[in-house]
Amino acid sequence: MYRIRFHGRGGQGMKTASRILGTAFFLEGFEVQDAPRYGAERRGAPIFAYVRASKEAINERGIIKEPGLVIVADDTLVAMPAAGVLQGVTEDTVILIVSVIEAELWKDRLNFPGRVLTVIPPGEGQSHERAFTGGAIAGAAARLTGAVSKASLEEAIREELIPLGTKVVEENLEDALSVYEFMAEHEGCVAPGTAIAVEGFTPPNWVELPFEDARLSSPAIHAEATSEQIKTGLWRTVRPVIDYELCNRCSWLCSTFCPESAISVNEDGFPEIDYEHCKGCMICMTQCPPHAISGVLEREAKGGEDNET
Amino acid sequence: MKRRLLTGNGAAAWGARLANVDYVPAFPITPQTEIIETLGSWIDSKEMAGRMVTLESEHSMVTAAGAAAATGVRVFTATSSQGLLYAMEMLYTVAGWRAPFVMVNVSRGLSAPITLEPDHNDILAARDSGFLQIHAATCQEVLDSVLMAYRLSEDARVRLPVIVNLDGFYLSFTREPVEVPKEDKVLSFLPPFDPENIRFRASTPISQAVAVLGGGPYSYFRYETHLAALNALSVFDEISVEFGRFFGRSFDAVEAYRTEDAEFVFVMMGSFATKAKEATDRLREAGWLVGLVRPKLFRPFPKEHFLKLLKGKKGIAVIDQNISMGKGGVLYTELASVLYGSLDDGPVMASFIGGLGGRDISSEEFFEIAKVIRRAAEEGKAPPPRLLYTEEELREMRKLQVIANAERNQAGKRVGKKDE
Repeated sequence: MYRIRFHGRGGQGMKTASRILGTAFFLEGFEVQDAPRYGAERRGAPIFAYVRASKEAINERGIIKEPGLVIVADDTLVAMPAAGVLQGVTEDTVILIVSVIEAELWKDRLNFPGRVLTVIPPGEGQSHERAFTGGAIAGAAARLTGAVSKASLEEAIREELIPLGTKVVEENLEDALSVYEFMAEHEGCVAPGTAIAVEGFTPPNWVELPFEDARLSSPAIHAEATSEQIKTGLWRTVRPVIDYELCNRCSWLCSTFCPESAISVNEDGFPEIDYEHCKGCMICMTQCPPHAISGVLEREAKGGEDNET
Repeated sequence: MKRRLLTGNGAAAWGARLANVDYVPAFPITPQTEIIETLGSWIDSKEMAGRMVTLESEHSMVTAAGAAAATGVRVFTATSSQGLLYAMEMLYTVAGWRAPFVMVNVSRGLSAPITLEPDHNDILAARDSGFLQIHAATCQEVLDSVLMAYRLSEDARVRLPVIVNLDGFYLSFTREPVEVPKEDKVLSFLPPFDPENIRFRASTPISQAVAVLGGGPYSYFRYETHLAALNALSVFDEISVEFGRFFGRSFDAVEAYRTEDAEFVFVMMGSFATKAKEATDRLREAGWLVGLVRPKLFRPFPKEHFLKLLKGKKGIAVIDQNISMGKGGVLYTELASVLYGSLDDGPVMASFIGGLGGRDISSEEFFEIAKVIRRAAEEGKAPPPRLLYTEEELREMRKLQVIANAERNQAGKRVGKKDE
């Protein structure tokens, strides 16, 4: 059975990718299961989606624990424990990261014994909306398994995306086919995995849950400002940046409209953005009268930081 | 026949569409909303007839569903979790009216604490309401269940509302290949609702009401509802034979997987049971004589099916994705009441609680459960109930407790003892 997991952020097309790949496998005569997984988070939060494909009926269900292929659509997620990108990977897992950083460097950073591949975002250098498509991710997975023909990939993209209009279909087709070609030399490097066998299985570490007093065991939070510990800034794909030359210190519009209260005003009357909690909704940018706030792709902003340090 | 990839929610919507429902009172809730969105878009684009009305709460939604059904039209509605509980008063009421309709519940653990992921405490809270219950394990079964549910609900020997249950995420948002039957075939299996004596016409105003009654007549009506629910057992079996003839798929009240020569049996409900099926195959490969018994029909409780399937087994592991506070697993309890005194030399039963709030159950855990039940059978002694919960999970819990500053960082220490 092929077990494939896609990691990205809400809004980056992971669910779409899983659907396109699922449909493509289905067109190739596989039994298929595809699903997204997310919590209460919104756009920008780490999410994942997965696909199982097998020539036999699939009884496995839920999250894929031992993926044969992991595709990471946003390389800022790799280092984020909450994203769980590396969960359950073994040396047989192939990891594909959408990144401008070279594969060898990722392999070193991750200290990963298996195969690491990278692909440059297909929309690199273009507008933000064009930076990622689910089609590209599905195209990569299709080629790496070697089990999905180009024709099935194309048909799957059309089938899944036609309700979204011709432009979306064309963009996804273009991305998917270019990545499909780009991955040609690695065709079939992802092999179907086997099921967990009874022979020599690791028994679960079951624990007897002790009784604990309600002072401890009721689901109440007894501390103040705990939401500060949730770094919602990690959800951000676009970063608002203030040009203090242009800022006229009206001092309240951006800070008032910020739904996260992530903009404070300093003693000199200048607004300051708390990037640990700013989700990148960009409402501040649309509110700022002198257009002193602009949006920078997080990936590029991060790259700048890396160079500085 | 051509199959297509559908989510469990999509399959539920297809079931309602193929049933040609007249009226869909609706209210959104995660993870159900996709069902009413899908129906809404079909009705909007005229791909589907029928009328949809968005109510202001699930309480009103179920009231509207029952009231509409009481006028003799075919009604479909859907909810989940907190929504089902919010409607609970009306669940009992409309079942008491003997209003036949179908409601889909997308299972999601109940608050508090809050979760989006599935377990069965929501649907089991409706256990005694008079609604019959069908529990699906695959997306195909979701669609099939809706069709079966209308036949069952509208049958004059039953005439009770039916809930079809599917698990949030594991089915609701998961696509699988589903065979969508042809409309004409469904129409033969499930003809338009013949309401017989249920009627209401604006041109012929009549009052439809229930009265405040003393214990005598009250008992009569309540017990008649119970008898109708019991009747549904044989009616279900009858319809399931027809279903198989029409669609070439069986739809038994209880699924028995590799049970014939099995010594040990997993008993589970819902989509997590397919995980037990997977584990059964692996255990069989390793020479274990195990099988799986899964009730699709939970109300009425298919007692005779269980007795037949479990006769002669050495051990039964019941894995409940629910918990009755102060008692334990609901399915375990119900099955124990069925087996007690019914089977000579009955099997050893063990109770496991797992999958609460969508917590995964791993293959290794099923393997271990098989070992536990085999040992119990050898020793002739049932083990104490077991929550499927690992040391790693408890460690993670401790971290959360530290963040929450639970009792001033006392997490990890046993509290509740008197200070020394």
